[in-house]
Amino acid sequence: MHKYYLNHLQELEAEAIFILREVVAQFDRPAILFSGGKDSIVVTHLAKKAFWPARIPLPLIHIDTGHNFTETMVFRDALVKENNVQLIVGSVQDSINEGRAAEETGINASRNALQTVTLLDTIEKHKIDAAVGGARRDEEKARAKERFFSHRDEFGQWDPKNQRPELWNIFNGRKNMGEHFRVFPISNWTEMDVWNYILTENIDIPSLYFAHMRKVVYRDNTWLPYSEFITLREGEQWVDKKIRFRTLGDITITGGIESDADTLEKIVAEVAAARSTERGNRGDDKRGETAMEDRKKQGYF
Amino acid sequence: MELLRFTTAGSVDDGKSTLIGRLLYDSKSIFEDQMAAVKESSERKGLDHADLSLLTDGLRAEREQGITIDVAYRYFATPKRKFIIADTPGHIQYTRNMVTGASTANLALILVDARKGIVDQTCRHSYIASLLQIPHLIVCINKMDLVGYDEQVFNNIVEQYTEFASKLNVNDIRYIPISALNGDNVVNRSANTPWYQGATLLNTLETIHIGSDYNHIDPRFAVQTIIRPHTNEYHDYRGYAGRVAGGIFRTGDKVTILPSGLTSSIKSIVTFDGPVNAAFAPMSVSITLVDEIDISRGDMIVKENNQPNVSQDIDVMICWLNAKGPRTGAKYYVRHTTKEVKAVIKEVVYKMDINSLQRKEEDKEIKMNDIARIRLRTTQPLLFDAYRKNRTTGSLILVDEATNETVAAGMIVD
Repeated sequence: MHKYYLNHLQELEAEAIFILREVVAQFDRPAILFSGGKDSIVVTHLAKKAFWPARIPLPLIHIDTGHNFTETMVFRDALVKENNVQLIVGSVQDSINEGRAAEETGINASRNALQTVTLLDTIEKHKIDAAVGGARRDEEKARAKERFFSHRDEFGQWDPKNQRPELWNIFNGRKNMGEHFRVFPISNWTEMDVWNYILTENIDIPSLYFAHMRKVVYRDNTWLPYSEFITLREGEQWVDKKIRFRTLGDITITGGIESDADTLEKIVAEVAAARSTERGNRGDDKRGETAMEDRKKQGYF
Repeated sequence: MELLRFTTAGSVDDGKSTLIGRLLYDSKSIFEDQMAAVKESSERKGLDHADLSLLTDGLRAEREQGITIDVAYRYFATPKRKFIIADTPGHIQYTRNMVTGASTANLALILVDARKGIVDQTCRHSYIASLLQIPHLIVCINKMDLVGYDEQVFNNIVEQYTEFASKLNVNDIRYIPISALNGDNVVNRSANTPWYQGATLLNTLETIHIGSDYNHIDPRFAVQTIIRPHTNEYHDYRGYAGRVAGGIFRTGDKVTILPSGLTSSIKSIVTFDGPVNAAFAPMSVSITLVDEIDISRGDMIVKENNQPNVSQDIDVMICWLNAKGPRTGAKYYVRHTTKEVKAVIKEVVYKMDINSLQRKEEDKEIKMNDIARIRLRTTQPLLFDAYRKNRTTGSLILVDEATNETVAAGMIVD
């Protein structure tokens, strides 16, 4: 084997670190969009590595839907404290109270789509000119067309048919006042890469990702966790199951899978053998073929 | 596990989607719910087979019109390697998209229909692969099933292509007879081509030597940003953060900083995981120096006896990417490594006819998808190498100062 050689995870890490440093060099007020999910945790970990021994020079933005897993919130606060990083919280409840967003009604109601309003308001309020996220191109077909540096107009909208070409490792972050960028340093990572990286780097993640006993209901081919926001339909009932979550979003839309994987090694093995995509358990993607593209055009993450 | 980035090129109906679909499917990279969605959409469209192009065509407009608009990135892995495919559309704006996909690729797959042989598209795609200096080319002669797996057909195309390729600048070209539809020589060796002794496509992708694709000879380190922790523990720490673009940097090495020309030596090469003795492309590290020198973003750390070119007059082969062509005397931002300067197009030397590979010295009006040689004059000197020596320090983009759009991709000529 060649002496001067990086394995695939090292090369992906070097690429992501390069991009995070470009963000800090090219923008005035960049921030990391932090959801408490594994991808934004990995991005935060990469930011720690990119600027060490300085602390992470970007604040974290959390869009709080109010429909959270308790575990996610505890994890978020511990991470913020440990890294001595600024936390900006945008509250969907505030947007609703101010009349900027309207609550969905009905049995599958969720606050997923409302996040867009709060996210754009938060970006504007704090004059954020680059919002760094953990989206990956392998996740979803609209995301497969994303650039690393993805331009948003003054309304926060994405124009997928008119994206700037992105060549070599040259990233064009030039923009007019009021516009901003979304930046995706782990675009080229797959779900498998993320899990292997978490294992290799021994990164702390919320306990929700590991198999645990939980009160759940079976709906739309997935196990939805118990929360005060879910109303049972006729014939449905809460049961205790050993489950884990492959992705984390709002408690109302994140379904779990039956699993015994209670260590990182077992999760990696389980992901390697999985026959369906991780977003298969996400209610927000099941609202039509181009649900993700339609939300992204509006400014969704 | 190593990472191999490749791009695919071919004309309409040559079976590119089928080939990618097969690579993904046979390497078990297509999930059941993805496949179910593709089957459902195909049925709704009245197709009797699962249209694998629906896996890559993600945008609403693409699905409605049944065309691919933009480069799509696909991922798969085998136990030996991880692969990133830049899947570029065959027809619409093929030059612009293929240049984009090729800019980061180690390898290009060129598809040829065995019934048609070498066509104009094949020549264009091969020329772009050569222009972008993709180190490895695999010519897949597809639809062998439709020519009865005839060795003579294969040999004729190889001969034709070899002759054409002598005009190109590619060192490593391989030829594989395949049928993407039936899977011959894609993942498994075919019993239909006993006369073919070479490796299958997947085996070639898994084993082709890419370790020397990076330049490990000429030390180049463009500074991205300066890391200053301002803490008690790291009070005087000043780390120059960047990604090695070429050569090897070692602790203790004497270095020269450009453009100032000041010299110092490397005190340490810092990473979060601890100091390293040597840094090489494409590592992201921070370098600290023994002396306190004023260094900022866009400066380059090199070695005294191996320096890049320093000039304000730069000859570039460009591919124009924007619907609006260049205006005479218009100024652009040049983005090169981590530096941004203003520049003006002084002269269009010639345009390239990429079908005949002839230079067009009379028609010099540059339009979208054109490839041309131009002369740039920059407001400040750039620190560069020829693109053929280093793809990082030899590449640049032009950004329109009015719209901020990336309008051209440039490869520096020596």
